[in-house]
Amino acid sequence: MPEALLELEDVEARYGQVRALHGVSLGVAEGEVVAVLGANGAGKTTTLRAVSGTVRRSGAIAFAGKSIARRSPEFVARLGIAHVPEGRGTLSELTVAENLRLGAYTRRDRAAVREDERRVLDHFPWLEERRDQRAGTLSGGEQQMLALARALMLRPRLVLLDEPSLGLAPKVVAEIFRIVGELNEREGLTVLVVEQNASLALSASSRAYVLESGRVALEGTSAELRRDESVRRSYLGY
Amino acid sequence: MLLALDWTQLAQQTVIGLSSGGTWALLALAIVLIYRSTGVINFAQGEMAMFSVFIAWSLVNHGLAFWAAFFLTIAISFAGGVAVERVVIRPVEAAPVLTVVIVTLGLLFVVDGASKIFWSPERRTIPNAFSTRPIDVAGVAFSIQDLGNIAVSLGLVVLLWGLFRYTKLGLALRAAAGNPDESRLLGIRVSWMLALGWGLAAALGAVSGMLTAPALGSFDQNLMQPVLLYAIAGAVLGGIESPLGAVVGSLLLGVFVTLIGTYVGWVGTTLRLPVALAVILGVLLIRPTGLFGRSEARRV
Amino acid sequence: MRRALGIGLWVAMVIAGLAVFLLLPHFVSDFHSRDLAQAGAFFIAIIGLNLVTGYTGQISLGHGALMAIGGYTTALLVVHEHWRDVWTIPLAGIVAGIVGFVVGLPALRLSGLYLALATFALAVALPDLIKKFSHFTGGTDGENFLASAPKQVTGLGGITIFGHSMTQNHFLYYLTWSIGIIGFFLAWLLVRGRAGRTFRSVRDSEVAAASSGVNLAATKTVAFALSGVYAGVGGALYVIQNEIVDPLSFTVSVSILILVGAVVGGLGSLWGLVLGALFVEYLPTISTHVSTRPGVPDFVYGAAIIVVMILLPTGAGGLIQRLVRPLTSWLYTRP
Repeated sequence: MPEALLELEDVEARYGQVRALHGVSLGVAEGEVVAVLGANGAGKTTTLRAVSGTVRRSGAIAFAGKSIARRSPEFVARLGIAHVPEGRGTLSELTVAENLRLGAYTRRDRAAVREDERRVLDHFPWLEERRDQRAGTLSGGEQQMLALARALMLRPRLVLLDEPSLGLAPKVVAEIFRIVGELNEREGLTVLVVEQNASLALSASSRAYVLESGRVALEGTSAELRRDESVRRSYLGY
Repeated sequence: MLLALDWTQLAQQTVIGLSSGGTWALLALAIVLIYRSTGVINFAQGEMAMFSVFIAWSLVNHGLAFWAAFFLTIAISFAGGVAVERVVIRPVEAAPVLTVVIVTLGLLFVVDGASKIFWSPERRTIPNAFSTRPIDVAGVAFSIQDLGNIAVSLGLVVLLWGLFRYTKLGLALRAAAGNPDESRLLGIRVSWMLALGWGLAAALGAVSGMLTAPALGSFDQNLMQPVLLYAIAGAVLGGIESPLGAVVGSLLLGVFVTLIGTYVGWVGTTLRLPVALAVILGVLLIRPTGLFGRSEARRV
Repeated sequence: MRRALGIGLWVAMVIAGLAVFLLLPHFVSDFHSRDLAQAGAFFIAIIGLNLVTGYTGQISLGHGALMAIGGYTTALLVVHEHWRDVWTIPLAGIVAGIVGFVVGLPALRLSGLYLALATFALAVALPDLIKKFSHFTGGTDGENFLASAPKQVTGLGGITIFGHSMTQNHFLYYLTWSIGIIGFFLAWLLVRGRAGRTFRSVRDSEVAAASSGVNLAATKTVAFALSGVYAGVGGALYVIQNEIVDPLSFTVSVSILILVGAVVGGLGSLWGLVLGALFVEYLPTISTHVSTRPGVPDFVYGAAIIVVMILLPTGAGGLIQRLVRPLTSWLYTRP
């Protein structure tokens, strides 16, 4: 595996007294789409939260070689890690345009931000007409795409995508994964995606980890995992 | 009866009402600002404003010109508000709401006590921002002070509105207030946004106090206690979740209370406060979210 | 074996507590007995407030007003109807309970902040309302037991009960804290039973509670009524201790004071409430001891409240629970 952009080693995390991760190790290289799979409660979302610093964690977490294990979410965002949380994280009271603007909050390069805004609107042209609409009034699928667009406004080096398919119709979900794939192919966007819908995630990613009870139970290329029937049935449910 | 109405008096009383309402609106705005960002009613807001007025008094007393003292006080109050949030509120940011409420109540006593330690509880005066002479507008006499108060209040409101609507900082403040967790993921330092909110609120309170004090003639440490109640009443009337509501509600309340005091004999000026309380209770019973609040739909 | 140990510890604590209660007046001055008696009155009101705010989640900034209702009921019965002061206590509780119920009715439509504001407005308005009905309530002068009805005041000049003679202050202490202990016990029975679970379900999620069949209206108004009874009894005892009442006896400061006591004591838990009551009784005195220069007592008072809240955000009860949890989980888990 080439030099890892993101590296987790023996990461533990807990919510109050309850331990959710019992030592997770994984890596994401630049330009990859890596999937994290597993049943409900396996610790998938917690893993992303450990990276962005929104849960109490311990262990080694390195981004571009530097440790971020003790860093706040604000700092992590400034490094170029865009976390699209479970439930989209839409700033519901603000307009679509304002949501996008805030995606680039930490950036100082005004001209580049404007350029990115144009590119983002190319990917999601319908956002232009909804500029002044309150983001909370968008449909689930639209909010998911807004969240992705907003993440792109950061010009991120890594996107953490948490359960993008949650609560959305299959057609919408397929569209979202198509866009993710396109961004990865054309622009080399690095993505760590957490998904319950294993088949979808495996077709969109090059490698995957399967979590079980807060530990990595299985890892390999997505192609391997898709082919292995026993793996599919016992871990992935299909 | 309508024909017997004295239009001149009505106009004058309305302006007086708008003037009082304007000063209440600033404090109401401060309360709404903190409510939206920190989630509690800061019961100490009035006392903090009172403290600012005493600072202004000291500055003037030491020879500073009024307007210089005015702006310096605003700056000091802003810093003070930020400091209060960092020292007193930040430690309980994650605590249950009632704990934070109790902290603001403790803050009320702390600020009140501190003001009595630094300044003896005798009555003082600060100079007027505007002259007390009357001015003739369309044949009706109005006081420059009242018109000036209205101008300053509305001006400040517009300034604040511009800040929130059109600046990156204002946008971040709104995001941090409404969706703190999601905002952190975008790199917004939510904790500092809260502090900023407290600073702005303190500055608003300072202006409210500095406009109120001269209007009363002389003042002491009890200056802002009734104003806090009027501000809460105005904010409730307009909708405590809405900054626009706080302003409009306070202006309406000011006019309402003044007109009732003038035209309904037995109310006079002594029952203004009970009228404000009645407004609070009335609004809460009929439409809790106020004029501009969005009514919460809840079928259970 | 562990269960027996647990129960044994429990019983030992209760006995120790009762011993402290019975013997304390002999170790403190007569004057302090008065203070402790007043703390007891607050303790009772705080229990009530905890039932409605801590357990049922309905914020009330107006319980001082309910104390006033109880206090005035006692005063009027003593002065105008010539009742013996102690016999007015149950009626004071009932009247305040009814008023609490009435207050609870409009409160059904309000939640959280709005309820806090409404009760706050009521508490602020009460002294003026009392003054307005002066022909009934004695107006600004209030009612003074010693002046108008000295014969109705129990224990004046010493009293003999069960063969023991004691000063009036000791009598007030025992009276108040006996009622307090009984009230505490009743509240304890209530919260550990179905009622307690119902209250807490409303606090935690009204929608969930209603979908599970809980009658929100009944629960909330009952909680308000019950807390009113406690507040009324507390108010009655307060007035009996002070032998005087006027519109300024129960300003909004009292409502704030007992709320502070409830939060410092620990909402949603009964054990810390004694500490909460002692806190609100003694803090003002301690603040004045630091210095009587204007402003210093207020400053110390407020600073103490803030520091306590920062150190113990969940109150003394929260701390007690955290300390006791390892013990109880050890006692009650199978090895």
